[in-house]
Amino acid sequence: MSKLISSKSMKRDKNRMNGKVNLDDFCREIKLEKIYYKSTELNLANSGINRPGLQLHGYYEHFDSNRVQVIGKVEVSYLLDLDPEVRKQKIDDFFSYEFPCFIVCWDLDETHLFEEAAQKYGRTLLKSKEHTTTLFYDLVNYIDQLSAPRISLHGVLVEVFGVGVLITGPSGIGKSETALEIVKRGNCLIADDVVEVKRIRDGHLMGTAPELLQHFMEIRGIGIIDVKTLYGARAVKKDVEIDMVIRLENWDERSPYDRLGLDEQTLEILGIDIPEVMIPVSGGRNLACIIETAAINNRTKQYGYHSAQVFCDRVAHQNDLEVEKREAKKKLEEAK
Amino acid sequence: MVKKEVTVLNATGLHARPASMFVQTAGKFKSKIFVIKEGNSINAKSIMGIMAGGISQGTTIEVQAEGDDEAEAVDALVQLINDKFGE
Repeated sequence: MSKLISSKSMKRDKNRMNGKVNLDDFCREIKLEKIYYKSTELNLANSGINRPGLQLHGYYEHFDSNRVQVIGKVEVSYLLDLDPEVRKQKIDDFFSYEFPCFIVCWDLDETHLFEEAAQKYGRTLLKSKEHTTTLFYDLVNYIDQLSAPRISLHGVLVEVFGVGVLITGPSGIGKSETALEIVKRGNCLIADDVVEVKRIRDGHLMGTAPELLQHFMEIRGIGIIDVKTLYGARAVKKDVEIDMVIRLENWDERSPYDRLGLDEQTLEILGIDIPEVMIPVSGGRNLACIIETAAINNRTKQYGYHSAQVFCDRVAHQNDLEVEKREAKKKLEEAK
Repeated sequence: MVKKEVTVLNATGLHARPASMFVQTAGKFKSKIFVIKEGNSINAKSIMGIMAGGISQGTTIEVQAEGDDEAEAVDALVQLINDKFGE
C-alpha cells in the first residue's frame, strides 16, 4: 500500500478551515432567509448546534455560545407564554452572548420577537422553512464539511459510468489525453491537473477542481481547452466521490504486471484506502477503453462480483471434478 | 533534494507566457519539481497548477527538486525567474 504525502491545500480552503464562511453562501446552501445581519461572515470554527431552550429559560451553565442556535415551535410557544416584559428580558440576555447565528425554523412569523435584540447586539438572525430536525441534518453536514481534511493532488478526475476515477502518473504520460478520450465516450470531466480532495462522512472522498480551473484542460500541442464549451454540459461535472485510483506508468519489460487481478492494491488518501489499479502504458493500448473496463470491474466488485475470483473458483472447481473422475475410475478398476 | 527561494520580478508574474516557459523548462528535467507558495506545494510541470497558483509580481516562492538532475533543474528555473523571462 502506498501513501500520499499530504500537502496543504489552496488558500480559499484555508479560510474555510478557519471556520469562516460567507453568509450568502451559507444561506444559499442551507436555504435560509436573512432577517437581520450586521456581519457578512459567520464564524463556525469548532461549532455545533444548540437548541437554546434551557438558556432562554435562564440556565446558562455549560452554555457553548460557539454553536449555531436553532429554535422551533417549542421555544417560540414557551416565549409567547411569558409576560412580554419577562420575554423581552430573556431574549435580551440570550442575544448578549456572541453566537454565530440564530435560526428560527418552521417558517414561523415570530422572528419579530428577536429583531430588536439582534440589532442591539449585532447578531445574525435567520429563518428556515424546514422542520427543526431536517435543518439539524443539513447543518451537521455543512459544519462537518467545513472541518473536513483536504489535500490538493496532481492528477485528472473523471466520472466513468458513475464511478469516480482519479487518474495519476508522471507528467507527460498522457493523463489528460486519456481523460479527453474518456469524456468523448460520454463520460464527465471533473478536474484536470489539480484535484482538490476532501474527506467527507463515513470515510468517503470527494474530489473537485479549483474554481479557477473548472472545465478547463491542458492538451499538449493544442494548449488550454474549455471542455464545457467544446463538448457541452453533459461532459462536465462539479464534483464526484473518488471510488478508485488508476495509476499510469511507463511500460517496463522487466516489471511483473498483475495478470489475474486477485490481489488488490490500495492507495491511502487522507487516511482512507482507495482501490488502486496500476496500468502500464505503451503504444497500441487503448487507455480510455482499459480505464472504462477497470471502472466497471471495480463497480461489480463493490456489488459483490469479483471477476478474477470467479474465474479462479471455476478453474479450481474444474480441477476438483477431474480429480474426482480420476479417483472414481481408479476405484472402478480396483473393483474389477 | 535541492531548494532555493526566489522572488518573481516580471510584471505579469507566473501567468500566461511566463507560466508556459516555466513549465516547459521544468519539463526538460527528470527530477520531480515543486513550487512552494505560502506552504502550498504545486507541481512545476503542471501548467494548470502553476497558472492557478496565483504567483504574481513580488511573490516569493521556493523551487524544490528531487532527482538525478535536481541541482540543474533548480538553477535553470531560478535563472529564468531572475531573468524576468526575457521580458
